[in-house]
Amino acid sequence: MSKLSLIIKREYFAKVRNKSFVIMTFLSPFLMVGMIVLIAYLTKLNDNEKRIIAVLNESDFFANEFITSESTSFVKFRDITLQEAKDSTLNMGYYGLVYLPNESDLEKVSQRSFFYSKDAPSTNTLERLERIFKERLKQERLREFGISASEYAEMDSTYELNISTFDGEHNLKGINEIKAIIGGGFGYLIMIFIIIYGGFVMRSVIEEKTSRIIEVIISSVKPFQLMLGKIIGTSLAGITQFGIWIVSGGVLLIVSMAIFNIDPADLSSGGSGPGMGAAQNPIMASADSDMILYAQEIMDIPWVLLVFFFLIYFILGYLIYSSIYAAIGAAVDNETDTQQFIFPIILPLMLAIYVGFFSVFSNPHGPIAVGFSLFPLTSPIVMLMRLPGGIGEGGVPIWQLVSSILILIFTFIGIVWLAAKIYRVGILMYGKRPSYKELLKWLKY
Amino acid sequence: MNHILVANKVSKRYGDHTALQNVSIEIPKNSIYGLLGPNGAGKTTLIRIINQITYPDQGEVLFEGEPLRSEHIAQIGYLPEERGLYKSMKVGEQALYLAQLKGLSKNDAKQRLKYWFDRLDIGNWWNKKIQELSKGMAQKIQFIVTVLHEPKLLIFDEPFSGFDPINANIIKDEILQLKENGTSIIFSTHRMESVEELCEHIALIHRSEKILDGKLSDIKQAFKKNIFKVAVDTNAPYGLLDQLKNSFTILDSATSQGQLDFSVQLVNGTSNELLNFLGTQGTIKSFTETIPSANEIFIRTVAKQGVIDE
Repeated sequence: MSKLSLIIKREYFAKVRNKSFVIMTFLSPFLMVGMIVLIAYLTKLNDNEKRIIAVLNESDFFANEFITSESTSFVKFRDITLQEAKDSTLNMGYYGLVYLPNESDLEKVSQRSFFYSKDAPSTNTLERLERIFKERLKQERLREFGISASEYAEMDSTYELNISTFDGEHNLKGINEIKAIIGGGFGYLIMIFIIIYGGFVMRSVIEEKTSRIIEVIISSVKPFQLMLGKIIGTSLAGITQFGIWIVSGGVLLIVSMAIFNIDPADLSSGGSGPGMGAAQNPIMASADSDMILYAQEIMDIPWVLLVFFFLIYFILGYLIYSSIYAAIGAAVDNETDTQQFIFPIILPLMLAIYVGFFSVFSNPHGPIAVGFSLFPLTSPIVMLMRLPGGIGEGGVPIWQLVSSILILIFTFIGIVWLAAKIYRVGILMYGKRPSYKELLKWLKY
Repeated sequence: MNHILVANKVSKRYGDHTALQNVSIEIPKNSIYGLLGPNGAGKTTLIRIINQITYPDQGEVLFEGEPLRSEHIAQIGYLPEERGLYKSMKVGEQALYLAQLKGLSKNDAKQRLKYWFDRLDIGNWWNKKIQELSKGMAQKIQFIVTVLHEPKLLIFDEPFSGFDPINANIIKDEILQLKENGTSIIFSTHRMESVEELCEHIALIHRSEKILDGKLSDIKQAFKKNIFKVAVDTNAPYGLLDQLKNSFTILDSATSQGQLDFSVQLVNGTSNELLNFLGTQGTIKSFTETIPSANEIFIRTVAKQGVIDE
């Protein structure tokens, strides 16, 4: 067996057999799924809380508009003053009081109506009440114009501008965002992986330093072999852990969704505005056909290519970052000393994620998006956000993809070379925390 | 070809700091070679160069006459001064891993480990973790993994640190046994009494340069100053001492009831003269030449070069 594979094997098993690693591997899915279920459950519970709102209507215009619904019920007060109504609302522990004064016309009633409540009212409640007024005002105007409700329904057609690429492909609004989210998911995965397992690599280097085994080992193998074996072994352990998480997390999620009877839609659209609900009905049909188009569009994302490039960017990006982590581990004596060096690593990762989410979402091929998808420390994340839009015409230009990967490869070689130098010197240095200046000096040794 | 290893004008610099300057040493086969020097003199750098952990800026190192190559790693065993083992790994597993890194097959490694574990009487440690062992116990494991692949050249840097006297003796006997079996050994230490006991050759490195090397017995001969320690039984010790002081350089003396002890520095070849004279004055109880100890040579040589940096 070659030395490299021996090292990889040792690093892998040292990691996989580690108790805290095992516990994390099997506990995390439960924690994650538990959290999701809890959030979904609480959201549901929150929605189930019924609010009672008192209505004091002194006007002639509103009669049966305040309809008790699933989440809100209305109690009507009659023949009492506003002050009495306020008092009894408080006494009864109702959520609030809607007061409609007696005015000559609907406009004025609406303008002078008030909602009294103990605390600032929830936006959901306010929106519900405002909708009642809006609807009533609309009906009033329709009556004034002499238009029947059915005529109005016909008039109220929604309109969206059709968008298309020049070669006639149908385009969908928001599809860029959806695609970027999918790409962003891949990018995010890379970031998480780098941060977790890069840290593992670093700690494992520090452990070898503090246990003083390092000189014993590098009298048998080249420091570079050791570093590489460590990175590969740790990432294989990481892939194992991620695999277990994805499979067990998925199974758990489905099982618990079934047990607790939670609709996945509750999570995504939970609490999204009631305006949508109201508007949706008439255009449901067209929405359906759009959904099919969206699904079509998502199916059309070049998945094979995406996964292929994901692997390329993942491997290169991870190797670049984890060799920096290894160099940091070699340069210091204990973990507390790593902070000053870690921040500059996390920074480009965070930048990539935020720039990705803000600028790639709105314009996947804008100058910022292009710049960051070429810059080697951010390209693994940002380019993956752009890629679901396709490659070539309409998507990422081929020259950009090629140069991004080439730049990444050259950076990879450069960084690994530098990191290996720092690593080689650092692992034999004990007892002091080096400054950046000293690290530069080490490169010349 | 009588040398296992030859270093030829090896120099190594770290930035502005010179770690080794034109150091040449020749390590004879099948002997124990003491590599001595104060802290920070450059011993570890030289040892690391021999182990190919770092490389010289100038000069060359020959292993059995060939320039050092990575294949030679399997022929060298190294016990560094800064040493340790993976704390959470089991003893057996760890020893197997380190042996395989030195190029042994798994089966060979297992067999030899069994032999050594029995020999040092630690067979029942196989499934223990290093963190459960005492420091001395861990040092035994460390010693075993250093010698397990039966290298032609062994390098021990302070091998006895961490051992109690009993175990230090066991290890010392093992080292002598290895030498008997034909291994060449480089031995780096500050403990001069073990140099005295073990080394046939020494080299002294100070401030990055080799300032002394050769056979220990030759060096001692060169360093002796014709000083003799004498004890004589006589009735008149005071009178005898006065007489002696007239014709010899007496360094120090002590008189007691009927006996005179003194050290004397003689001019070359005058020992018989003194003996003859003393024979007429009383009974000579002892007459020995004082040979400098390794410790003395070390201190004298380094002091001549300047203060020892610490």
